[in-house]
Amino acid sequence: MEWETVIGLEVHVSLSTKSKLFSGSSTEFGAPPNTQASIFDCALPGTLPVFNEEALRMAVRFGVAIGAEIGKRSVFDRKNYFYPDLPKGYQVTQLDFPTVGKGSLTVTLADGSEKVIGVTRAHIEENAGKSLHEEFSGMSGIDLNRAGEPLLEIVSEPEITCAEEAVAYLKKLHTIIRYLDISDAIMAQGSMRCDVNVSIRPKGATELGTRTEIKNINSFRFVEKAIYSEVARQQEILEDGGRIIQETRRYNADKDETTSMRSKEVANDYRYFPEPDLLPIVIDDEYIAAVRAQLPELPDAREARFVEDYSLSNYDAGVLVSSRELAEYYEIVARSSGDSKLAANWVSQDLLGLLNKNNWSIADSPIQAERLATLITRIKDNTISGKIAKTVFEAMIIDESGVDAIIESKGLKQVTDSGEIEKLVLEVIENNPEQVQQYKDGKAQVIGFLVGQCMQLSKGKANPGQVNELLREKMQ
Amino acid sequence: MINSTVAEISAALAAGDISSVEITQAYLNRIATLNGELNAFITVCEDSALLQAKAADDARAKGNNSPLLGIPLAHKDIFCTKDILTTCGSRMLHNFVSPYNATVVERFIDAGTVLLGKTNMDEFAMGSSNETSYFGDVKNPWNTEFVPGGSSGGSATAVAADLCAMATGTDTGGSIRQPAAFCGVTGFKPSYGRVSRWGMIAFASSLDQAGPITKSAEDAALMLNVMSGLDKKDSTSIDRPVEDFTASLDQPLKGLRIGVPKQHFAEGLSREVEQAVRDALAEYEKLGAIIKEVDLTNSHLSVSAYYVVAPAEASANLSRFDGVRYGYRCEDPVDLEDMYKRTRSEGFGEEVKRRIMIGTYALSAGFYDAYYRKAQKIRRLIKDDFDRAFEEVDVIIGPTSPHTAFKLGSKSDPVSMYLEDIYTIAVNLAGLPAASIPVGMANGLPMGMQIIGKYFDEAKILNVAHQFQQHTDWHKQKSTALVTASGEA
Repeated sequence: MEWETVIGLEVHVSLSTKSKLFSGSSTEFGAPPNTQASIFDCALPGTLPVFNEEALRMAVRFGVAIGAEIGKRSVFDRKNYFYPDLPKGYQVTQLDFPTVGKGSLTVTLADGSEKVIGVTRAHIEENAGKSLHEEFSGMSGIDLNRAGEPLLEIVSEPEITCAEEAVAYLKKLHTIIRYLDISDAIMAQGSMRCDVNVSIRPKGATELGTRTEIKNINSFRFVEKAIYSEVARQQEILEDGGRIIQETRRYNADKDETTSMRSKEVANDYRYFPEPDLLPIVIDDEYIAAVRAQLPELPDAREARFVEDYSLSNYDAGVLVSSRELAEYYEIVARSSGDSKLAANWVSQDLLGLLNKNNWSIADSPIQAERLATLITRIKDNTISGKIAKTVFEAMIIDESGVDAIIESKGLKQVTDSGEIEKLVLEVIENNPEQVQQYKDGKAQVIGFLVGQCMQLSKGKANPGQVNELLREKMQ
Repeated sequence: MINSTVAEISAALAAGDISSVEITQAYLNRIATLNGELNAFITVCEDSALLQAKAADDARAKGNNSPLLGIPLAHKDIFCTKDILTTCGSRMLHNFVSPYNATVVERFIDAGTVLLGKTNMDEFAMGSSNETSYFGDVKNPWNTEFVPGGSSGGSATAVAADLCAMATGTDTGGSIRQPAAFCGVTGFKPSYGRVSRWGMIAFASSLDQAGPITKSAEDAALMLNVMSGLDKKDSTSIDRPVEDFTASLDQPLKGLRIGVPKQHFAEGLSREVEQAVRDALAEYEKLGAIIKEVDLTNSHLSVSAYYVVAPAEASANLSRFDGVRYGYRCEDPVDLEDMYKRTRSEGFGEEVKRRIMIGTYALSAGFYDAYYRKAQKIRRLIKDDFDRAFEEVDVIIGPTSPHTAFKLGSKSDPVSMYLEDIYTIAVNLAGLPAASIPVGMANGLPMGMQIIGKYFDEAKILNVAHQFQQHTDWHKQKSTALVTASGEA
């Protein structure tokens, strides 16, 4: 039987507000345990929540960016369950009236086709603390630094049909969130987390199959692998005549398999009801318009502009806008160097290659945009050849001095003096009579070999155009 | 002087007739003599009280003349008090020393008052007789075989027995007004949002409100002047200017329209209480007021709606008492679940557990619409009833409780206890202000009259209460039972 897969994603993003959702505690990452936990965060009796409006602004910013309906009246609810890292015994979230309603994302797939994936909703909620099970024999430690940090939970429609689409959706979401500057969205640090709902059904069926939920996956690659392995597992069960149990599962990357994490916690009745300590959040069109007016240029618009203004291919533009920092870097290089295509090549190949190899971010890059622009300018004004430029680029990684200083100190400046070049050309003609004869006999492509010889003799510094020209002249 | 009103003590302090240290010591002596019998206080802060009194006297010497400077008060043990035991009447918090002050506590500190101690209460404010306290029953000062009412029974008893000049209470369904009625003192529940809930241990967040328990309406006005006002730490506190509540106390009542709800004079009301309230209404007519019957059609639904909404909110509010971070934790738990189960089974009393169960049930999947949602709808209907009534009248007056205080241990059936608050609960559901003032005596026990006002119209209630107290002396009645028992004047 042929099967089709139905996937829905729930993504939790840590909003990068300075203080927590309902208290003044700092949200900085990595502080010693419980140093960022106020009396409210510890759920001392009598304490009350005060809503951080910065979180609202960020949520609305996201909603506007994905063209979503914005809830003009959002309501917080209590979700009740007991766990030691949930100090109040309930999580404050939004059930029936989320701040962000229906919206959508457009993703580009590997074959270049586009697909629109619906976003059901995005709601604001508070994070739980952390349980620490090591270091305390027979006991658990509780760190409440993270408790009460603001999260935005973004729920997709079950419109994703394969792992590739899921990853494309996540990457697009990640890019938009980074452009909006509402979260670091670093999966490895937990500031972006993903729960995947997966089910399969016979191809063409209209009813959904029973789904499983794979919780807390923390990298794009694992999302992809988890989906592959879960789909295979479900298919095997169904083809053997079995039934899928609706449950929560965990992805084990070492074994590349999902395992059930069924526990009593999962069977909880959360007994949601409206949080009486907080008033509904009411916003008007003016508020939404003000947030919209402050939106930065978003990736799709920027890609279109790059294609238009810099004459780039859709593919190149797509690579360059995939992160806000990279796009901004590219624009500086393109403008300062005056050659947008050369800039695109250098940024998307040499620079990205360097960053990826070292696992660096743009901010870590030892080669700043202005320096790369200077390097490209030196290619264009014939100070160095494109090939020598690669050497200079390598040198720039460890040498912080200016591009010109590096070219100078390493003696890489291109030879354009016609006397010097003539000397080279004559030497090569003299040393390669056979090839010269071949050229004279009409085998024009031999010129390439002879240019190469000249370049080698000059250690790459000779201007290849001048060499080419002079060779032809001397062999006539 | 200890049986004087706050206004009188304040005048005496201002005139230099007495010092705060002297009056504070007098109350401490009275507490030492009578608290063993009445059990009104859980904690007495003798040393710090005398230091605060000394500081108040020093401040007065330097020219500070604020009305409550140096006045000794007691806080219900539901208010968090920094470095002082804050138990909420529960074993769960029998060892909880708060690291911070409630806003109400903070405001009384700023006003220069002297904290005598923390008063006993029904556990987590759940009760109408003060018999659910982990720290034992509070006794009614008029007859120690009777209950003082609840949940603010310790505060009402302390004020009635002159163990303090004034006290704070909290009222979720009648917890200030009913004990005030049973003990013969003035109790005031402000509009929801008038007084900050920050630092007041939550029972039912959408209903809880702090208020004064005093010897007169004027004293209640003085306390409200200090307690009221916006607090950014409580998102449900309302941003409205706080007037001087003493300003309109003396307004004549000529032309005042008093609504009398026929539902509050129906079956179940004792003959004595009905007569006392009718006599009071006649007194108001003499003062120029006009009496009109009003219809609170849905008032018979209020107790049922309340016993869904309040336990539902409580079931979540009390989840934080899990033995993890503070308060009671069971001995030697074998695992997490065992710790949760035994901590909460052992730490909470029967009534608290009953309400957590009711609330948990009401919010459960499949029951939410039938209970919680329906109760919220009834709440709206009840509010509409009041809105309609207040189109025609300025205040609504009726009995606070259907009868006088009952004997300790006499009500073992929870539902009959819940019906104690039949006249008071609707006011909380509607978020309105209301007072209970003494209106007569029957069989040696006081009776109370409830005055309900429009939303944020505390001043009118105080005016109506004060005028009654200017023309009657029920609020000045004192128990003689204790004086003979303790052998003191």
